This record gives sequence, C-alpha cells and structure tokens, in this order.
Amino acid sequence: MRPFTYERAKSAQDAAVKAATTPGARFIAGGTNLLDLMKLEIETPTHLIDVNGLGMDRIEPIDGGGLRIGALVRNTDLAADARVRKDYGVLTRALVAGASGQLRNKATTAGNLLQRTRCPYFYDVNMPCNKRKPGSGCAAIGGFSRQLGVIGTSDACIATHPSDMAVAMRVLDASVETIRPDGTTRAIPIADFHTLPGQTPHVETALEKGEMIISVALPKPRGGTHIYRKVRDRASYAFALVSVAAVIGKDGKGAVALGGVAPKPWRVEGADALLPNGSKAVADRLFAGAAPREDNAFKLTLAQRTIAAVLAEAKA
Amino acid sequence: MTEGYGAISRRDVLKTSAAGAAIAGSLGPGNVAMAQGQADAPPHAAVTLKVNGESTRLELDTRTTLLDALREHVKLTGTKKGCDHGQCGACTVIVNGRRINSCLTLAVMHEGDEVTTIEGLGSPDNLHPMQAAFVEHDGYQCGYCTPGQICSAVAVLEEIRAGVPSHVTADVSKPSPMTTTEMRERMSGNICRCGAYSNIAEAMAQVAGVKA
Amino acid sequence: MKFDTPAGTNPIDRMKVVGQPTTRIDGPLKVGGHAPYAYEHQELPGKPAYGYVVGSAVAKGTIRSMDTSRAERAPGVVAVVTHRNAGKIAKGNFNTAMLLGGPKIQHYHQAIAVVVAETFEQARSAAALIDVDYARDRGAFDLAAAKVDAPDATGSDAPTAVGDFAGAFAAAPVQIDQTYTTPDQSHAMMEPHATIAAWEGDKLTVWSANQMVAWGAGDLARTLQIPPENVRLISPYVGGGFGGKLFLRSDVIMASLGAKAAKRPVKVALPRPFMGNNTTHRPATIQRIRLGATQDGTLTAIGHESWSGDLEGGGPESATQQTKLLYAGANRMTALRLAVLDLPEGNAMRAPGEAPGLMALEMAVDELAEKLGMDPVKLRVINDTQVDPEKPERPFSQRNLVRCLEEGAERFGWARRKAPGQVQEGRWLIGMGVAAAFRNNLNMKSGARVRLSPSGQVTVETDMTDIGTGTYTIMAQTAAEMMGVPLAKVTVKLGDSSFPVSAGSGGQWGANSSTAGLYAACVKLREAIVAKLGFGPGEATFENGQVHVGNRVADIASAAKGGEIVVEDSIEFGDLGKKFQQSTFGAHFVEVAVDRYTGEARVRRMLAVCAAGRILNPTAARSQVIGAMTMGVGGALMEELAVDKRFGFFVNHDLAGYEVPVHADIPHQEVVFLDEADDKVSPMKAKGVGELGLCGVGAAVANAIYNATGVRVRDYPITLDKHLDKLGEVV
Ligand SMILES: Cc1cc2nc3c(=O)[nH]c(=O)nc-3n(C[C@H](O)[C@H](O)[C@H](O)COP(=O)(O)OP(=O)(O)OC[C@H]3O[C@@H](n4cnc5c(N)ncnc54)[C@H](O)[C@@H]3O)c2cc1C
Ligand code: SF4
Ligand code: FES
Ligand code: FES
Repeated sequence: MRPFTYERAKSAQDAAVKAATTPGARFIAGGTNLLDLMKLEIETPTHLIDVNGLGMDRIEPIDGGGLRIGALVRNTDLAADARVRKDYGVLTRALVAGASGQLRNKATTAGNLLQRTRCPYFYDVNMPCNKRKPGSGCAAIGGFSRQLGVIGTSDACIATHPSDMAVAMRVLDASVETIRPDGTTRAIPIADFHTLPGQTPHVETALEKGEMIISVALPKPRGGTHIYRKVRDRASYAFALVSVAAVIGKDGKGAVALGGVAPKPWRVEGADALLPNGSKAVADRLFAGAAPREDNAFKLTLAQRTIAAVLAEAKA
Repeated sequence: MTEGYGAISRRDVLKTSAAGAAIAGSLGPGNVAMAQGQADAPPHAAVTLKVNGESTRLELDTRTTLLDALREHVKLTGTKKGCDHGQCGACTVIVNGRRINSCLTLAVMHEGDEVTTIEGLGSPDNLHPMQAAFVEHDGYQCGYCTPGQICSAVAVLEEIRAGVPSHVTADVSKPSPMTTTEMRERMSGNICRCGAYSNIAEAMAQVAGVKA
Repeated sequence: MKFDTPAGTNPIDRMKVVGQPTTRIDGPLKVGGHAPYAYEHQELPGKPAYGYVVGSAVAKGTIRSMDTSRAERAPGVVAVVTHRNAGKIAKGNFNTAMLLGGPKIQHYHQAIAVVVAETFEQARSAAALIDVDYARDRGAFDLAAAKVDAPDATGSDAPTAVGDFAGAFAAAPVQIDQTYTTPDQSHAMMEPHATIAAWEGDKLTVWSANQMVAWGAGDLARTLQIPPENVRLISPYVGGGFGGKLFLRSDVIMASLGAKAAKRPVKVALPRPFMGNNTTHRPATIQRIRLGATQDGTLTAIGHESWSGDLEGGGPESATQQTKLLYAGANRMTALRLAVLDLPEGNAMRAPGEAPGLMALEMAVDELAEKLGMDPVKLRVINDTQVDPEKPERPFSQRNLVRCLEEGAERFGWARRKAPGQVQEGRWLIGMGVAAAFRNNLNMKSGARVRLSPSGQVTVETDMTDIGTGTYTIMAQTAAEMMGVPLAKVTVKLGDSSFPVSAGSGGQWGANSSTAGLYAACVKLREAIVAKLGFGPGEATFENGQVHVGNRVADIASAAKGGEIVVEDSIEFGDLGKKFQQSTFGAHFVEVAVDRYTGEARVRRMLAVCAAGRILNPTAARSQVIGAMTMGVGGALMEELAVDKRFGFFVNHDLAGYEVPVHADIPHQEVVFLDEADDKVSPMKAKGVGELGLCGVGAAVANAIYNATGVRVRDYPITLDKHLDKLGEVV
C-alpha cells in the first residue's frame, strides 16, 4: 500500500472538488473494496477523502412514491429497512446474499456499486490485465475463467461485475444520483451506470472525474413476487456463479436481471416480455450473442435453469 | 503476561512514529499530514480509539488498519489476522455495537469509536457467557479463528433479536426466527478451517436459549 | 522405555482422567484471546522490525537482474535481503525447493527477497519497489499431459503385486475400470505461516508456527548452515497446520535472514494471497481403479494406479496406500507414478495418500456395489480382512471396520436409502452415501520431562505441539492419571526445542506417541518418588495426591521436599508395528440434497463411526473428527487449486478464490467411537483419529450425490457444472 494523506470531507461538493483537484485522490466509504485493492497495490491512491459522516446515510421516501437511498447507507441497514423489505424484497434478498454480515455492516450503497471485479488475474499484479494495466493483455482469456463473463465481454476483458445489490437495482430500474465538482447533480439510470469493457476495460462506469454518488433512487414499488436466487459453490460467503433477480406478477409478467454473467448487471428489456413463455425463451434472448469460454460455458445452462427455478418459485 | 518489550509498548508507540514527530505533534484528529520531501515521514494522523472502554490515543501511519492498530500498537493480539483481505473473519471486532472486519478499515477512520475486542468481552477468569459456551462445547480447535467467531457470535444473536434479515430468512418482511439455521448463515463470514462449526452452533444455541 | 511387547495392565487403564470428556485446559486462554501465536510474542530481546516477503513473478526461470535500490531508500527500510546478500543458504532435509530462491527460480511465488522496515506498512510498500528481470523457462504444469511418461515411484512407494491381477481381473464376471481425479488442495489453515526471529550473538531464537519442532529447528540450522545447538524454536500455539506447518517454510528463513541484516528481531507473516503458491499443497492425482468380483460380491482382483506430480526431487501422493490393506482379495496390484511438474512444492496434507486415495477407491466400491445390485455396506462387510492381504502372516492389531459399518448403518437409518434418483423433496433431490474410513496408525519416538515441585505440582515439558488437537489437555490427563493427581495439579509446557524431542504433530501419530512418551517419563517419576521416600519394593499406587506401597502412605509432594524432582524419558517403539498391521477404521454416512434446477449439492446429515483404539479425550477427539469431516465436505464439493497451465501457478490463491466450507455448509455432525483399547500400539492403547476423520468423507459425499441424482461424477470437486446438464430438463 502506497502512502496516502487522509481527510474527512466537509460536504458532498467539497468532496467532489477535492477529488477532482487533488492528484491521486479517491473517495473512501466502507473501505472494504478499496483497501483490499490498495494492499495489493492494484489501487494506488495518494489521497483519501473520507465521505462518511456527510449525512448521506438516510433512506427517505420520494414524493409521489419511491425511495431515496443515501450513498453511505450500509448494506445491512438497507437490507433491514422495513420499507425495502416490504416493497423491494428483491433488493433485501440480493443484499443479504452478498459477502458476510461483517462486510455488509461496513459496505455502502455507493461502494457496492463501484466495487471492482473479482477476476483472479486482476487480483494478481504479476499477471497481464487490461483492466488493471491498460494494454498489458488479458490473462483470463485462455486461462482459468470459470467465474468470468459470457456476455457483454470483449477480447480485451471478460470480467464480471461482482455486485449482488446492483443486479436487484437493475431489475428495479433504480437511478444513481451524483454531484459533480461544479455543484451540478444528475441522475444516471442504472442501465447506463456500468459500461461494457470494449477496448477500455479500465473504464467501468459513466462517472466523470470527481463525480460523487450521493444517493440511489428507487422508483415506485414494482408489484409482484420478489426473488433473488444466487447460485454458488458453497452455501454462503461466495460470489455468484450466476444470480437471478426477478419481480414477477401473478400474470407471469415481470422483469429479470442476471448477475455473474457480464461486466454489468445483465438485463435485456426484450427478454422481460418473454417471461410468460418460460425460461428457455428468456435465456435465449438474454444470451443472444454470448461468447462463453470452455470453462464457463456451463453458465448458459445454469442461467436458464436458474431462471426456471425462479419462475417455478414465483408460481408457487 | 509477558515481560520485556511488551511492557514498555505504550510509550514506545509514540516513539515508533517519532520519525514523523514534528508533523505528528501538530496533528488533530482527521487532519492531513503531507510528507512532502521527507523520505522518512509517511503521512501520519492522530486518532483516539476507545478500546474495551479505555481511551487510547495513537499517532499512526494513515495506512494502519484497525486490525494492525489493535495488534501492533495497542498490543491487543486477541484479534487475529487470518487473511488481511476480508476473506476469513478472524479479525472480527465490534465497533459501536456492530461487528466488522477490522482488517478492511483504517484506524484513522475510527475517531472516538468504541471498539470491543475479545479481550473486552471477558477475561480467562471471568469469561463472557459466549466464551464459556465455546469452552463447554469445544467450539474451537487451534483457537486462531476463535476470537473472531466469538465476537461474531455475540453480535449475531443481537442481529437476530434486532430483526436484521438474512439469506435464509424465509419471509424477509417478518423478523427472523432464532434458529441454528439462521446462526449458521450469519456466522458464515467466520471461517474455521479446523471445522468446529457444528460445536459452535451448539454453543450459540445454548447462549441463545434455543435447541441446537 | 522400549515398547516391544503388548501392553499389560497399567495405571492408564484406570481411566479416571484419561478417556474422560474433558474441556481443554488451554480453553480459557484461547477464548479470551490470550494464547500467544507465533506473530504475537512480546518477550523479545529488542524492538522488532517488520519483514515483508517478495515472491517470484514467474514459475520457472532465472533472475537476470534485481534492483533493490528503490526499496532500500524507501522510508523506514532497515534492510533488504536477497540471494545476493543472504550468505550461503542450503536446502533443508524436508524441503524440495529452496526457501529463498534466486538466481534460479523453481516455482511461482518462491520467496526471493525480504524487506525489513520499522513498520509493517513501510515494509509492505517498499517490497513493491523491488524490480526484477526474469528469464522465463518453459515448465511442465499439466499433470494429464505429464502423466504419459511418468515413471514408477521407487523405494517404499514402489509398485506392489500379489497373485495374478491381470488374469483375475480379466476373468472376473463383474468389473469396474474407472479413472478418478482429485485436484491440488490447499491446507488453508487460519493462521498464516509466521515467525519472529531474534539473534543474540550467533544464537538464533525463532517463535514460529510449526507442527514438528525438532524437524523445524534441525532444518533451520541446516538451511542457514549454523550449528543446531545455536537454534531455538518456540511454538506453543499453532493456529492450524494440517501438514502445511510440518516443515520449515520461508517465513522462518526470511525472518532469520532479515533479523540478521537488521540486527534486531524481525517479524514475518506470509500474506494470505502468497500462501497458495509459496507454501506446499496436496498434489492432484489421476487414479485408475480396477475391481473384479464374483457375482456374490467377493473381490478377486484389486488394482489401483495413481499419477501425481511434483518438483524435481519431490515425492508422489501415495494414493494407493489404503488399497493394499483395506479389502481382501487374492490378486492385487498398486502403482504410484510420479511426473516432474514445475508447480509449487507438493507435500503432506492431512491424511496424505489415504485422503485422495479413498476419494477414488470408495467411489469405485460404490460403483461395484451398484453393478452387483448389492448394498454397498454389505459389499464392504463381505470383503473384510483381519490380516494384511499382501502378507497374510501379519494380522491387524485390531480391526473393527465391520462394526463401524454396521453400527453406522443402523444409527443413520441406512435401510431407508432408495435407488439412485428416487427421492425428491420439492426442488431437492435427496441421497445417502457411505464410505469406509481407513488410515494407518503410525508411532514415533517421543520424549518428555516431568518435574515434581515441593508443592506437589507436576510440570510436563516436551517439544510436542498442540495444533488444535488438544495436546495440552491429553498430556495433562495422562500425567494426572499416572501420578494420581487432579488435572489442576498438572502444568503442561509445549512447543520449545529446549524441551525433550517428541513425536510432534503429524500423520495422526501425535496423541498416542506423545502421551506414551509422557507415560514413560511418569513411570520414571513414580520410581523416583518411591525411591526418595524409601518405600522399598512392592507395587506402588498413586492416587489422590498420595503414593501407597504396602501399608505405607505419603503425599507425593513430600518426596520433593528437599527439592524438585526432575526426570526425563522417552518411548521407543519396537517391531510390533511390523508383526501387526496397525490401522484405524471408520465408516462415514452422509445425506445430501442436490438442487434439481441448479445442481448445487448441500450436505444435510453426517455420521462417522470410528474404531481408533482408546480415545484419550472424547471431547477433543470428536472435534478432530468433525473438523476432518468438514474438510472432507470441502474436498468433495468445492476445494480446488486451479492450475494455470500457461503461467504455471495456482490462480485462486486466496481465501476468496480457494473456497473452503463455511458454517452454512455444515450440518449437525454425529461421531461415535467404538470402545476399544489396542494393546499392541502403546501403553496408552490409543491410536490417532485426526486424519481418520477425513478419510472416506469425500467419497461418502460423492456416493450420496450419485444416489440423489443418478449421475456419477468422477472428478473432484463435484461442482454443479459437472452434472448440471444431466439432471433432466427444467423449463
Ligand atoms: C471476501 C469478500 C466477499 C464479498 N462478497 C460479495 C458478494 O458476494 N456480493 C457482493 O455484492 N459483494 C461482495 N463483496 C464486496 C463488497 O460488497 C464490497 O466490498 C462493498 O460493497 C464495497 O463498499 P464500500 O463502501 O466498502 O466501498 P469502498 O471500498 O469504500 O469503495 C469502493 C469504491 O467506491 C468508491 N466510492 C465509495 N463511495 C463513493 C461515492 N459516494 N461516490 C463515488 N465513489 C465512491 C471508492 O473510491 C472506491 O473506488 C465482498 C467483499 C469481500 C472482501
Ligand atoms: S478478464 Fe479483465 S480483469 Fe480479468 S485479466 Fe482480463 S482484463 Fe483483467
Ligand atoms: S483478517 Fe480480516 S477477514 Fe481475514
Ligand atoms: S479453531 Fe482452528 S480455525 Fe477455527
């Protein structure tokens, strides 16, 4: 870990300005991803801006329906919020399927969205990795890629986004609200928040320099059965091989998004409409153009079968 | 319990950072110290932690994790380092009433925080009920994951009582039941390679007053 | 004391303390956080500096150049040690690769430098400033490819043959001929390898996490080329080892070299992401098993071949070991073949040989049972043997495998088991599996010193270690039983090379051998007490803190009135192990549920029935077994070091990538010990259980999965991708 200076931000805009103007500056929230990566010198900030304590840890109703989740709300608190449990069950379920109790007590809404891939080659600084070191190549292609992506990937990077929470937010059509150094704010639809790797896998989101997440807005509750099904090798404390977030109405209609398969929460709106037609139709649509590798091709079968499990659960 | 270096540790903590003393001395909590041009002075900051009820002021390299602050500076080595990357739970402590992995948080981010470590839960001759239950049910073998397991176990029972949902809660709109299934899921962030899980579940059930 | 005739009646047989379920005497220290592990010792001869180890970025090759200047200039740095300035370093007897690499590199993450600084943070960041230029060599990293021309292993691992295997197999009416694979596995003990080293003049003291103190101290002297008497190794608490801490590892060498260069104590712990490739692992195997049987289930031919790889000069994973002894059968063969691979060093991990061997053999037996249409418990029972099948003149010292199987079947409700794929509960497919457990009993010479103080306190000193096994407690129980004192009157001091050399903790020999060594020392202390009191000839009885000879009685403390009595002895084992085959036995029963949609397998119930001689402390022994069962579940369902065959390393080298079971994976576990005492193994009449508990578990899980799904997966771990597409369509 490189030496860094540390300061507590005074306000959200102050933080954004500092982040834009101080060389090597980064925000730190829960720290559970950033410090992990700093210890390995995968992240090398020289200045940390602590954004805890800016009062962004509240969950508030939005006029006309919906909820606004502060960027610093801890994953535990978000999962345990009575309104979320009642109206956005898929979000609670996704959150509690992620990481461990200890980590969720620290992890924040913004930090969770911005956590980086768990690609094992990204984590090993001796290995070529375009995401960690642009232009160095991708060791995962042709290597051990069982965990990695099957769609939305590129010949430069096949990493997945590891968040569970973001998959539920994607199915809920959340938007990410930010502030920029000049004080302006904007709302980025979650669909556009994470970007695909293309030839620049080190660029992962739509955020601009210094831009800070202040909250995530959930639209009015989407009625129906809320399900989050996470598939993994061990029963807990493991990243998803495949996960399925779904909200499905009595009529069999609804929305579905997948985790563990792509560089971002994977949803294809056209696939939602096929839900009444069964898992095969949905999976075929979701994975049109998929580019699996030898050791992760099973994810296509697994995704279809997991969607089938979710549809069966919704019916029951 | 040991003589020698350990006994003078508290004074030495300040000396350790003496390389940066001129800077450190002028620091308030949370302030920035730039190490411009001083090869021997990585940025330091002051932080006051309330560890097991006792206030401790430390001048630390900003890079110091809460875990290393406890183990190497406060000399409370009950909290263990198993992975240093949030992957094992051995470093679990309770901060302001919540369990966290102390390896993935910076000490300087805990100004004024109340930190409870295994040493603060109970002492060998006055064990916390959870510690006593671990002994009674042989909820450990090598003992290395044990402090983390116990801190987690104490917090887990609180979390269930407080109605925090978990992955195995059938209906998340309702409070979770106090069952060993709930405990096993919630304890899953504490790895025990010796494999004492079955006995830990029994120890926890006893403390919670439910059937294992 | 020499143990060369079966034990008669002795004071241990009273079983007033030994054999009683006793909570650990070190328990309060451990649960209170006050037991000092290697990195935590404070009693140092100076203020310590921190060492951070740098590992090779290539698997095989040569360091062309190395620039340490930036690291040396970094804040707080006290010293940087590499092969260039380390002085002469040799290889220890128990190591295959050098612990300090360079210029030659033998495996990925081989240690090539240690950076010593005032603080841990400084050492870590300076370590990243070392620039190394490598010439990379081509290596062999693929066992399946290297297997083709791997030669037979030699020495005690050489092939064995009895009768006419080929003929009998060809003639057998029912045959199984299958290939099974087990992956590389990591010990993944929770305490990373860690050492504090301190030099005082030319004397070196290391506080380290080590299972085998004498081996470690000896190899430390050998590696650093210093006289053994100048080395002291202290290891009172070990945070798990499972074989990973049997030998000297790089933390010890790097801390010692760092301390020498820094001229002060240096602390080194191996970072977790470094351990998978820097330390040892259990090597992968490819195993071919051929079983031939008559229609009534009698085995007529048993053949087991296993291929594994290791660095040049390394050894095979002896996965055929149990096959020589487990079942009767007139015609048999085993062969181990060893390929040279340039992956990190393979070495012992809990139940080396038998653990992966039984994963294959006991699946093959399950397959045979199915082919025969016979209950797998019954098939195992009818092929039981009471003699060494390769040397029928050698009986087993005690063998109750059949009782383990039958009692286990009864308790587990085995009779309710259905044909494969028949039981479904909602989305879950349910199945039951069984496997035999088998692990040889090994004995090692073991010494101890015992002191009796004027206050009547008995103090035990030996370099034996407690790696979670309960050594502190069983030693105290043994001394208390022998001396007729309560547990509180016994103090146990372990893990210091200045104490008498013990068996150490490995190969499940620790409990029996080390308590037997203590038994010998206590016999001497009893004699010394009687002599001191002048209680002439006659049989002495020690109880309630007193010694009785005839009608003479005295407090034992009174014998030490004039000063502490100190005695030392060791146990040495004669040829009973040659005359009698000494082994431990068990049966594992497992129920699993497999998600019909996703193929995820979860264990629901587990039972182990063990026959392992006298159980010295049922509480600690049970813990050993449940822990081993847990590791077995890991091996069956998730554990695999993934090999990158291009770069030649284990890719998933941390605890997020290498998954081991967590709480949610493990149900309530039942363990039953048969009431045994084996007089051929030691005066304690005990054998080991710590490895037995692991042997067979993987196969029992695998067989249960097959029973649930009807799909046989022969490549461990049985992850969902291996049977997903055979579980039937879902829509
Ligand atoms: C062993 C392990 C297992 C895990 N398992 C899972 C899992 O199964 N599922 C899962 O979803 N996650 C998992 N996680 C990841 C965990 O959820 C993330 O580490 C956590 O959510 C990150 O949140 P944080 O607040 O700690 O982020 P930080 O580490 O503080 O920050 C992460 C990134 O976000 C940036 N950032 C933080 N706040 C803001 C802001 N307000 N505006 C702009 N940028 C900001 C930081 O600069 C940094 O780049 C696991 C982590 C570990 C260590
Ligand atoms: S998949 Fe992406 S993150 Fe992984 S090695 Fe390739 S470029 Fe790096
Ligand atoms: S040491 Fe913190 S989680 Fe492992
Ligand atoms: S007791 Fe050894 S790791 Fe849990």
